Amino acid sequence: MTGEVLALEDARLAFGSLQALDGISFALRPGEMLGLLGPDGAGKTTALRALLGLVPLDSGRAALLGEDPRAAGAAHRTAVGYLSQRFTLYGDLTVDENLAFFARLFRVRDFRPARERLLELTRLGPFRRLRADRLSGGMQKKLALACTLVHAPRVLLLDEPTTGVDPVTRREFWLLLSGLLAQGLSVLLTTPYLDEAERCGRVALMRAGRVLACDSPAALRGTFRHRLREVVCAPARVARDLLGREPRVAEVQLFGDRLHVVTRDPADGLEDLLARLPGVAVSAVRDVAPTLEDVFIRRIGEEASA
Amino acid sequence: MSAGGSAAVVASGLTRRFGALVAVDRVSLSVARGEIYGFLGPNGAGKSTTIRMLCGLLAPSAGSARVAGVDVARAPDEVKRRIGYMSQRFSLYGDLGVEENLELHGALHGLAGPRFRARRDWAVATSRLGDRLSARVDDLAGGFRQRLALVCALLHEPEVVFLDEPTSGVDPLMRRAFFALVDALAAAGVTVFLTTHFLDEAEYCHRIGLVAGGRLVAEGTPTALKTRLEGRVLLDVRTDAPGAALVALARVPEVAEATAFGAGVHALAAAGVGAEAARAAVAAALARDGVAASAAEQVEPSLEDVFLEIVRREARP
Repeated sequence: MTGEVLALEDARLAFGSLQALDGISFALRPGEMLGLLGPDGAGKTTALRALLGLVPLDSGRAALLGEDPRAAGAAHRTAVGYLSQRFTLYGDLTVDENLAFFARLFRVRDFRPARERLLELTRLGPFRRLRADRLSGGMQKKLALACTLVHAPRVLLLDEPTTGVDPVTRREFWLLLSGLLAQGLSVLLTTPYLDEAERCGRVALMRAGRVLACDSPAALRGTFRHRLREVVCAPARVARDLLGREPRVAEVQLFGDRLHVVTRDPADGLEDLLARLPGVAVSAVRDVAPTLEDVFIRRIGEEASA
Repeated sequence: MSAGGSAAVVASGLTRRFGALVAVDRVSLSVARGEIYGFLGPNGAGKSTTIRMLCGLLAPSAGSARVAGVDVARAPDEVKRRIGYMSQRFSLYGDLGVEENLELHGALHGLAGPRFRARRDWAVATSRLGDRLSARVDDLAGGFRQRLALVCALLHEPEVVFLDEPTSGVDPLMRRAFFALVDALAAAGVTVFLTTHFLDEAEYCHRIGLVAGGRLVAEGTPTALKTRLEGRVLLDVRTDAPGAALVALARVPEVAEATAFGAGVHALAAAGVGAEAARAAVAAALARDGVAASAAEQVEPSLEDVFLEIVRREARP
């Protein structure tokens, strides 16, 4: 294996008139966590399915552990753990039984030590004799993850692993994932959540079957060549409408009690403008660091106007 | 607007017990007309039980609540007529068309004749679904479905609308468009009560109430809540070995919590520990375990950091 665990290269795939993958390229490096970030319909799940060899590409290349996933044998498949969005747990089996079932499915000999380790890692030990359908949603997700790990894969593909999970459980899930990374696993995951993508080592911004940009969250934020000012003011709606008409302002977004104002010129602090907004009382102005959401929205805006 | 002053939702000492379990414990809050109020908490915090009481679906064990001027315990059916409810998952019929969903929701709320036609026209214009009226709801993209669910919940012109995680799983552009619509409604005087555990949604609220263990544990504007961690130091530790760093930092008393973040770890300093002291303690712990770190910069806490910190504090009695 060279410098990539898996890769798509100029991959294209159409479902009828829908171009699900439109020349997408990215590669997962050994030991990293790469996040595919994009809206519904961006092609995230299709990309994972192509990498697993579940759908054939129309053109381009897919590689999983150095091989064509469509041709790869069972030995390679056992090196991969895949958590789909609609994961399959057996609701009428217990936590223990689910893990045993998946271990047998992957022909793991003597799975008991692995099971004990996974129960400890996921803190599901106290619930091991509970039926899976009696667990909370967050615990079910953790059990599903444990089931994808029972055969000790080297690569994990996780399709929106934390959608619908509350923040307390989400953070536990991230602690778990970082422990796996520390053990040398390579992780490819998809997420629609921008705050979650910030937790990945590298992020591929996806839209309409293509990768717009792929880099570390910090480097992606560095591509934001505007200034972002947070303005706390009242009435905020009036300020939004006034600033929205200003040529020096690229974009205004209202967030409850405050505005995020993107200036065209990074040197422009808009001080004079903000001091003279008729009928608006400005109580605080400061620079804020752009989030991946800001980067993403600017990218899409630039694509649309290009 | 009915009686009840400017507050559209008022709860005082609202409590619900299920046997020995106190699901909602003396919640008091007040939401002004035209306000977007976010009710935020982890699963099992009592959010849904509170909403069910406010919607007149479940009687309180103690305390009281008035919604759109109506007492929820005395006149639950009247409450149901005055409110709208939207959940992305449950409020639409997927195998029916857009038009059919509007007709069904109209009929459920007793709208007929010219009033229904006027509201239907409003709904179509507001949701911008005019060119998709015969499309099956299941075939619509998430953003369209949300807008349809929202206008269906508003067909009967409720004074208060409850939104349950309305934009979970959609992209930020669609979320922005959705909240622009919600803001226009609020500007027109509709009161919006949003429940979520999704912090990206909470940022759009005028005010947020945090619930944990059945109690309202903090309340304020998103800006004010973020200052709740003011003085607390959050360090962004860059390292190639986040797993080892997490292990090393778990034993440091100056660090209240360490979590994986990007190509490194976020370490929240314990209360009263300054940036320099925190940085020194982190560096010493990492050096002791032989973990190489390139930087430990102070970063601003997110609403999620604040939320988790408050939930954690409340969990410790």
